[in-house]
Amino acid sequence: MTEMRLIASASPSLLQSPDHELCPGCGHPVAWRQVLEVLEELGVADRTVIVVGHGCYTQMMRLSDLDSLQCLHGRGPAVATGVKRMLPDAVVITLSGDGDMVSEGLAEVLHTAGRGERVTSLLFNNGVFGDTGGHMTAATVVGQRTKTSLSGRDPDEHGYPIDVSRLLATIDGAAYVARGAVNTAGMAARTKKMVRRAIELQMAGAGFTFVEVLTMCPTGWFVATPAGPEYLEESMMATYGIGELKAPPR
Amino acid sequence: MTRTLLQGSEAVADAAIASGCRFFAGYPMLPFTELLEHMARKLPAAGGVCINADTEIEAVNMALGAAATGARAATGSCGQGIALMQEAIAEAALNELPLVVFNMARGQQDYFQATRGGGWGDYRTITYAPKDVPEAIEHTQLLFHLADLHRAPVMMYGDYVIAHTHVGVSPIAADFGPLPDKDWALDGSAGGTGRARQIWTWARGKPNTPGVGPDQHWKDVAAKFAALEETAARHEQRLVEDADTVIVSFGTTATVVDYVVDELRADGLRVGSFRPVTLWPFPGVALAAATRAATRILVYELNAGQMLDDVRIHATDRNAIRFIGGVSQDSSGMRQGDLLDAGALRARVLSALKEGP
Repeated sequence: MTEMRLIASASPSLLQSPDHELCPGCGHPVAWRQVLEVLEELGVADRTVIVVGHGCYTQMMRLSDLDSLQCLHGRGPAVATGVKRMLPDAVVITLSGDGDMVSEGLAEVLHTAGRGERVTSLLFNNGVFGDTGGHMTAATVVGQRTKTSLSGRDPDEHGYPIDVSRLLATIDGAAYVARGAVNTAGMAARTKKMVRRAIELQMAGAGFTFVEVLTMCPTGWFVATPAGPEYLEESMMATYGIGELKAPPR
Repeated sequence: MTRTLLQGSEAVADAAIASGCRFFAGYPMLPFTELLEHMARKLPAAGGVCINADTEIEAVNMALGAAATGARAATGSCGQGIALMQEAIAEAALNELPLVVFNMARGQQDYFQATRGGGWGDYRTITYAPKDVPEAIEHTQLLFHLADLHRAPVMMYGDYVIAHTHVGVSPIAADFGPLPDKDWALDGSAGGTGRARQIWTWARGKPNTPGVGPDQHWKDVAAKFAALEETAARHEQRLVEDADTVIVSFGTTATVVDYVVDELRADGLRVGSFRPVTLWPFPGVALAAATRAATRILVYELNAGQMLDDVRIHATDRNAIRFIGGVSQDSSGMRQGDLLDAGALRARVLSALKEGP
């Protein structure tokens, strides 16, 4: 009989259960895994507070072994401000989707960056309202078909997507702004480094830090599940370039 | 006892800080502005944080975040700005976060806003309406206690007069008794223990610590407010025992009512007054008792008739009710108008008396 030996856990230790209710092919769990691994590696899980907006990713708060606060749609960065000011030594992280942040809560994230709040805001951007079943957000790329842009987002009719990372990079209070993705293992690993840098800079008191992660939503994009990663590269990445938009010198 | 001459806003700020308020966020808007100014000046010295927020929505959500850590937190505005905060006030009720909200109102047209609220869900907002600065100080201290005791948003309905009047005030002791531990508060320390905490209006919990879920949680919250409705009302009444006419008013308007009641009593008229100190819960049982023998219940509020609804709900004889108030705003729009005046009220009371029961 061969003895089984665990080489690597399938789940990060900070996940109480892997049983999320998200669709096959969803990129959010992959993105969130990078965050949990960073918190574990930094050894800060016992001083971290997660502030979560409303969207599919709300699942991740429920499953994670982290003190967490569900807030109103779009208001995460403002709520996190109150948390951080009362707990200056805590690691405070907000989690939003593009509907939550770029549509509903654009003012909150911009003002929080302006104040240079020592919090890290994460944007899981899949370019649609996934939770409602595939509707257009302020970050939906031109040409993307949704249930409210049936023939694809048309600038004449629907206007243009807002690139919140580029906006944030212009704000002095933002110390770190980066955009990653999770469509390949390599891209996920690169994104994890961005998340780590953002949290380290928060802990160093550098200012507001921000990581946008492009994630797959084959359900909301109306493409086949296996096509999600490739579709992300063809559609979203053509609009939203990957990399660090703003970072202090090392 | 030493008395210090303070503007009402400063006295309220002092009372909030003395009550342990350590987080305050607001967006400037008269007549709330001075409270924000005093907090900005005084709270940092007390080890707290005051943020000049960029919107009322951000202010109230910042306060919610601070409250979630267990800190005593407050925000405020006038009714126009508090209109923007309704969603977050409801959220505080439904996820059971203690939050103190100061409405330094421009008048009396926020009664429905305070007592009915504009957020979603089965919640109510405990609302105290002081008649003057000393009472505003007392209410401020009590409200921080009540917010923690009931894990709920609470409101003080002040106004321009309270915010701007300078009054000699004395520090008062404020011990309202023990409070339960805030074992629900988030500080991050439960992370990685397998029993991390969660604050969520749906109360679904986490896999290791399942919650009751939204249906049961919202029933529990509704039951909490139903119990408070029975027990938490406060009122003040004067000379109602033999009164055939009882004037009902709230807030600073009640000081004018008391003055006119004394005048009319001196003229031999059997007039008394009743004032809900808490707008919610409305002291309905007390109102019914105080007006049982009266043939006239005169409702005097400076709006189109909002508290009037609560008087109609609770008075035993609805036919005795006459509305003698009305919308009354001065030309600046920042404060009550001509009806906040003893002569104006006296004329309306005498006119109602002439009409007979």
